[in-house]
Amino acid sequence: MSTDPWETLRAATRARVGLGRAGDGLSTPENLRLAAAHAQARDAVHAPLDADAVVAALGERAGPVVHSRVADRTEYLQRPDLGRRLADDHGLERGDHDLAVVIADGLSARAVHDHAVAVVDALLPRLEGWSVAPVVVAQQARVALGDDIAAALGARMVLVLIGERPGMSSPDSLGAYLTFDPRPGRLDSERNCVSNIRPPDGLTYDGAAEVLAALMTESFRLGLSGVGLKDTGTALPPVAG
Amino acid sequence: MSWTGRAQRRGKFRTTLGGHSYTFDDLRDLLAKATPLRSGDVLAGVAAESAAERVAAQTVLADVPLTHFLDEAVVPYEDDDVTRLIMDSHDAAAFAPVRSLTVGGFRDWLLSWEADTATLAALAPGLTPEMVAAASKLMRVGDLVAVARKTRVVTGLRTTIGLEGRLATRLQPNHPTDDAVGITASLVDGLLHGAGDAVVGINPATDRPSTVRALLDLVDDARQRLDAPIQSCVLTHVTTTLELLEQGAPVDLVFQSVAGTQAANRGFGVTLDQLREAREAALALDRGTVGRNVTYFETGQGSALSADAHHGSNGGGVDQQTLEARAYAVCRAFDPLLVNTVVGFIGPEYLYDGKQILRAGLEDHLCGKLLGVPMGVDVCYTNHAEADADDTDTLLLTLGAAGCAFVITVPGGDDIMLNYQSLSFQDVLQARQTLGLRPAPEFEAWLGSVGLLDAAGRVPRLVPEPIRALMA
Repeated sequence: MSTDPWETLRAATRARVGLGRAGDGLSTPENLRLAAAHAQARDAVHAPLDADAVVAALGERAGPVVHSRVADRTEYLQRPDLGRRLADDHGLERGDHDLAVVIADGLSARAVHDHAVAVVDALLPRLEGWSVAPVVVAQQARVALGDDIAAALGARMVLVLIGERPGMSSPDSLGAYLTFDPRPGRLDSERNCVSNIRPPDGLTYDGAAEVLAALMTESFRLGLSGVGLKDTGTALPPVAG
Repeated sequence: MSWTGRAQRRGKFRTTLGGHSYTFDDLRDLLAKATPLRSGDVLAGVAAESAAERVAAQTVLADVPLTHFLDEAVVPYEDDDVTRLIMDSHDAAAFAPVRSLTVGGFRDWLLSWEADTATLAALAPGLTPEMVAAASKLMRVGDLVAVARKTRVVTGLRTTIGLEGRLATRLQPNHPTDDAVGITASLVDGLLHGAGDAVVGINPATDRPSTVRALLDLVDDARQRLDAPIQSCVLTHVTTTLELLEQGAPVDLVFQSVAGTQAANRGFGVTLDQLREAREAALALDRGTVGRNVTYFETGQGSALSADAHHGSNGGGVDQQTLEARAYAVCRAFDPLLVNTVVGFIGPEYLYDGKQILRAGLEDHLCGKLLGVPMGVDVCYTNHAEADADDTDTLLLTLGAAGCAFVITVPGGDDIMLNYQSLSFQDVLQARQTLGLRPAPEFEAWLGSVGLLDAAGRVPRLVPEPIRALMA
């Protein structure tokens, strides 16, 4: 066991304890480490989604690329209401599906680039017998944009895979939001969320897919999602959008 | 005369500025249009449509008599228990020194030499949130600091909060899985940096009562082992705290998030009666040594809008700063030890950038104190806001100059549970030294007794044995 008590502290948590000081303030290395972590998070928020790359990775499962009514990132950050509404020229064709899957940039395109298609890969084989609409890629999107998309597609459930608000130590965290009978006006309390999908530090793809498949099956059985669908182990983050 | 018996004036306000004429529907609309720009009011559709309209509204607002605020509610009295609380508890005698003033005259009076600390303390029960919000809308940052500095609200439990020349801290040792070892490490790190004199306050990852109880026991055990004058709080819903109080848990402080409308408080799942009941249960434990303030509230501009609970008179929306001031009227009814606005947490759709966060933090701090609330601030931002550590430094230093009761501190300023940035322990050490501020007196004495305070009032970088033992 270390005899340096500060080392003991640092080993006990990934919180930033035992930092080096310069006088009362933080030392140069500590300041630079904090600046670097913030920079990663900032870049994750502002990096544009490479929709073509996501579509290419989806291959034959890919559906249309759609856009919310937000014009740019600055507006996206200030107008969550517009990020929840589908632009008129969406090109979605109405069908009859059990499930619509939406890959949405949210607050971290990096999370989408790194993890979203892998979650789709892990999840779809677990949904034997489900009719799944082609996967929609959505830009400048909030979670509730999935309601508009699912309504346009004629889907009885929507799963939105979306980049979560980056933390200082987690610029690439993907969230998965499940909504039964999606339609405009659904409340956050009517959704279930599996968050912090980002191997190796967070949830693995198989782990997330396992939880999601179980939730989705139960959601169909009960005919609801949200607070009435328990054992998610995860609460909705407060700033889910 | 009761409020409902009064004639309710609902006239429009009009003015002309630069050749344009402007009309404001009612007091609610006038207050919203007079509010300095912030994204939440734009999102709500209540903000002024131009810079000129904003100044026109401020110009009209400056001439509105303070007594008008007793005759026109921004959220209807009959619909909202916060409005009823404000109107029914208004102290006409305390209001007397300023009752003849307009909003602009009141701003000038607040800045005047006549309005000293004792005068402002006596005035507090005579002020309504809407009056102080209105005056603050006519103030610049320098005014917000100057008036707040001479406004003092002193409270106590095991430490005394709000004394002149002091800046206390909430030590916030959050952990994503409520892990006891991880939380203890952050608690120890904070104590070693002179933090925790306002409260050791944990946001639990889960509301499960057994987890909350374990965290309460953890901090209370540390307090007793160190013989440290601190109070603890696990920031869970008031109904969970009530349940734990009934089981005999060591509850120092009853916590609840509150907002400025009945509908928003309903969104938090809380009623004023529940708060009364929980406060009485905590008071009955008689756990204080230097005071009997046993409640802790958090608030923040935008919380009502985010719950679609910002609606007011004539079907229109109320601006987020006025609603925030109304939340302090809820707080003051329960004699809190601590109240803080979580100013940068809610995100850029409510406060877009460092400039908006700075102003909002100083407005909230002043309005809370003028209303008699022991006001602290969580100086913070999220990564999707246009803000960084320069902005938190600026707000911390201006709040220190303004005599802020306490700020929130987490290891490295990085909250690994809530994923946002607040202040680091070192930020506060530096600000205390820069501004000549000290910890709460009881805690300061304890720091000295364990060797964590040198002759110059600085916190040396060492680990005294009793604190080291907590990690064993």
